[in-house]
Amino acid sequence: MNNVQSRSLIFKVILTGAIGLIALFCLAPVLWQVLTSLKTGQEILAIPNRYWPQHYTLDNYTVLFTDRPFLRYILNSGFVSLASTGLCLSIGTPAAYALARLRLWGQQFILAGILVVTLFPYVLLFLGLLEILQALKLGNNYLALIVPYTAINLPLTILVMRSFFQQLPQDLEDAAQVDGYSTWQMLTQILLPMTTPALVTTGILAFIFSWNEFIFALTFITQDDLKTIPVAAAQLSGATVFDVPYGPIAAATVLGTFPLVLLVLFFQRQIVQGLTAGAVKG
Amino acid sequence: MISSKPTTQRSFEGWILVIPALLLLALVFAYPIARAFWLSLFTENLGTRLQPVFAGLGNFGRMAGDGRFWQSLQNTGVFTLLSVTLEMLLGTTIALVLNQSFRGRGALRAIVLLPWALPTAVMALAWTWIFNDQYGVLNDVLLRLGLVHSSINWLGEPSLAMLSLVVADVWKTTPFISIILLAGLQSISPDLYEAHAIDGASPWQSFRKITLPLLMPQILIALVFRFAQAFGLFDLVQVMTGGGPGGSTETVSLYIYATIMRYLDFGYGAALVVVTFSLLVTVVSLAARLLRKSANLLLSDE
Repeated sequence: MNNVQSRSLIFKVILTGAIGLIALFCLAPVLWQVLTSLKTGQEILAIPNRYWPQHYTLDNYTVLFTDRPFLRYILNSGFVSLASTGLCLSIGTPAAYALARLRLWGQQFILAGILVVTLFPYVLLFLGLLEILQALKLGNNYLALIVPYTAINLPLTILVMRSFFQQLPQDLEDAAQVDGYSTWQMLTQILLPMTTPALVTTGILAFIFSWNEFIFALTFITQDDLKTIPVAAAQLSGATVFDVPYGPIAAATVLGTFPLVLLVLFFQRQIVQGLTAGAVKG
Repeated sequence: MISSKPTTQRSFEGWILVIPALLLLALVFAYPIARAFWLSLFTENLGTRLQPVFAGLGNFGRMAGDGRFWQSLQNTGVFTLLSVTLEMLLGTTIALVLNQSFRGRGALRAIVLLPWALPTAVMALAWTWIFNDQYGVLNDVLLRLGLVHSSINWLGEPSLAMLSLVVADVWKTTPFISIILLAGLQSISPDLYEAHAIDGASPWQSFRKITLPLLMPQILIALVFRFAQAFGLFDLVQVMTGGGPGGSTETVSLYIYATIMRYLDFGYGAALVVVTFSLLVTVVSLAARLLRKSANLLLSDE
């Protein structure tokens, strides 16, 4: 074996090792929760740990649906996330178009502002929002989450959609104008059908952020049957500190992450596109 | 350009399209910050029966002598520095691996994306379980490998609890950095490396002379984003340690939350928001300027 060959062999071994380690690192915590959720209480507390369950059980899942309203929590999360995603796309897309194509006074200023707010931690915002919600009597209302979620997803939506509109050929819009379309008609009838892939990309990102949000959901919703799944899962506890329901908690984490695992598996290309377009173009 | 309409009308239409988004952003982002600046000048807590009493800069004076605030600021700083450094190193490594061509690259990219997409609060529960002192799998693995002789109380010891938080955060957010850096790597022309290799450069040399400088914009973006996120970290700490043991992992955001929601001290909470916001803005703008300068230096050096 000559030098070049042995060098490329070493490279291959290192690469394969690195790939294995990376996959293990990313998957292990999720897989461990899946395994824990399928074990009986006795096996969960076995010392030394039993890695593979000997008796598979779904008890930890059925408890969540019979003793606690977990179906309701999942539906709450789904509704709030879908509603805010839809609202975000319908407000953000026209704004992105205007910022891409129509000359606006102070456009650079607006774009800089949109970029800066993406850096605000939500903990700095909840006090002011809480006051608004109390004044409008919107506490314990889905709107208390839908409106803030729409807003926190707007910057990324506007940045990604704007970069998409900038890539479209201008000829199309010129032709539409000659044919007498108004800006609004052109946007809805000609451009919208072409933007579907970009809308899917940004929609998925907005859905993920809304599904995962914690601090607003924890603060603005106190009524149990309106809670979203991250808050409901985090608040699962036993009668005493010595009686932590590890199995149901593991099952709840699996339920709460499952929709997102599916999204990542089916739409990883779009997610990567959206993330890089949002961060790099901005 | 063929345009039948005067520019003023196009601009007017543009504003109509933009205004709903701007109003919503103002309501959710600008108003709460502005409101916090105003409220920080008042004392409004249980002592004043939740009525605002003008206090001038009293809240900020109180903060100067508030040991718990300084402790939380230090905790936040330590956490941010450790986690962002580790994430940049690991994120760069993963991006370099993903940039190679091998079978199953698409699958690995999906796997790497997974931690980023999952809810932080929910995965914090998973990490709490892994770090559990009695039944946790981490202790079990370490015991089986003979690396430790008795179980470690990960979340019960101040510095170990901080370390556990850093590990969970690195797991959660390294993918974001890898994806951003991978996009940068893919835009670098392979010709550059070939030319450099012909000149007899080692892989490490071409990494330093080509990859790193050309990757600077992406590194900068990832750093600024991650700094802001780590600085405002809430979900992970709230679920994993609740700021404990003994306040050793209480971050600024946790302290703000407790001040407002537990102690109902709205004026002081607003002052904490103001200070945290100002710190964040200062550090981000300084860092962005500094990093841009060093990036320019690196590039002109080549």
